[in-house]
Amino acid sequence: MSETTIERDDVVAPERFTQESLGWVPWLQPLPKADFTDRHWDGVVDRQRADMPYFALLARDPEILRARTLTDNDIFYNTDGGAPRAERELAAAATSRLNGCVFCASVHSRFASEQSGRSEEVQRLLDEGVEAPLEPRWRAVVDASVALTRVPSAFGTDDIASLRAQGLGDEEISDVIHGAAFFNWANRLMLSLGEPEVPARRR
Amino acid sequence: MSDIDVIDEILAIAPGDRLDAVRSVRPQARENAQRSYEALFEPVAIGGVSLADRAVVAAFTSALLRESDLAEFYRAAAVDHGAADLLAALDAAVAESAVVGPYGAYRESGLAAESTGGLRWQPGPELESVLGVRLARILAHAHLLVFRPREASAAALHSLLDAGWSTTDVVTLSQLVAFVNFQARVVIGLRALQRDIEKEQR
Repeated sequence: MSETTIERDDVVAPERFTQESLGWVPWLQPLPKADFTDRHWDGVVDRQRADMPYFALLARDPEILRARTLTDNDIFYNTDGGAPRAERELAAAATSRLNGCVFCASVHSRFASEQSGRSEEVQRLLDEGVEAPLEPRWRAVVDASVALTRVPSAFGTDDIASLRAQGLGDEEISDVIHGAAFFNWANRLMLSLGEPEVPARRR
Repeated sequence: MSDIDVIDEILAIAPGDRLDAVRSVRPQARENAQRSYEALFEPVAIGGVSLADRAVVAAFTSALLRESDLAEFYRAAAVDHGAADLLAALDAAVAESAVVGPYGAYRESGLAAESTGGLRWQPGPELESVLGVRLARILAHAHLLVFRPREASAAALHSLLDAGWSTTDVVTLSQLVAFVNFQARVVIGLRALQRDIEKEQR
C-alpha cells in the first residue's frame, strides 16, 4: 500500500543554507517505475527523471507535472531576450531564501554563482539572508523577488521603478517576476513533500 | 481545452498590448501556465479530488494571498461546480486566518535563530461540520503552504491521508495550492508592470 507516509530516521539534514548539492528524500511513495504508463512517461518529460524521487512522486499526477516542467524550462532556460540567466537564478535563490527552502536555494544559488561568477555575493545572500549587502542591480532583483514572495504581496510600481532604474526593461522585469513567482510554486512542493539530505559522500 | 488564457483574462491583456508582447517572449511559459491551470481545474483524470474541491481550495488559497481578482474567479468556479453553499464558511475561514507571511520554525539546526512564530491555523468544529473533515484538513494544509511552508512535515501529510485522501490526491492538491501561489504572483507582478506602462503612456 502506498497510502502512508515514509518515515526515515537516518536522514542527515543540512544545518543551514548551502551552495553544495543536496539530496532530497520523499515523505510519500513515488510512483514505482513498473507502474508508469505512457501518460506518466509523458508527464516526466525527460525519462531519466523517473529515477529521481521528486519527479517520480509528482508523476502520480502527470499532466500538471508536464505543464509545470515546461513552464519552468522556459522561464529559466530560454535565452531569447530578457534577463541574464544569473538574475533569473538570483530571483529563484532569493525567493527560496525567504521561504526557507534549503534544497531549492542550494540548487539555484549554485546556478546563480555559475552563471555570474559571483559566488561570494551569492553566499552572502545565503548566510545573511535577503537583506545581505549586494551590488545595486542585484539588490533591486532581490528586493523585487522578496516583495513578490511576501504575503500579502508588497510588490508594486515602486519595485518596477527600482528595476528600471537599474536598467531592466519590460522583458527583463517579466523574467524576474516569473523567476520569483515560479519558486513560490517549486518551494512549496519541495518543502512539503519531502526533506533535504546531505549526500553520503560528504558526511 | 479552453480558448481563454486565465492570466490574460484577469489582467485584460489584449492582442497587441505591450504586455502581450512581453508575455510572447516566453511562449512556452505562457502556454504552460495555462496548461497547468487546465491540468488542475479541467483534469483529464479527476482522481479523488472533485472539481468543486479544487475550486474551493483555489478560492481559499488566492484569498489568503489577497489576490482578489483571482479569488473572485475561483469563487465563481466553486459556484459553477455546486459549492455555493460553502462560500460563507470559506469567507469565515479567510477572515480568521489571513495573516502576514512567510514565517515558521526551521528544521535546520543552524537556522534556529531565524525561526519565527505565527498562527498555526486549524479549522474549528463549526467550520469542519460545514466543510467536512476532508476539505477542512486540506484548507489547513493550504494555510500551512501559503504562510509557513518551512514548517511542512510528514505528519502534516499523514493527517491528509488519515482524512481519506490518497497519495495521488495529496500530490494533486499540493500542486494545486503551489500553482495558485505562482499564478497569483504572476498576476500581481504583471499588474504592477501594466500600471507602470500605463503611467508612462499617459
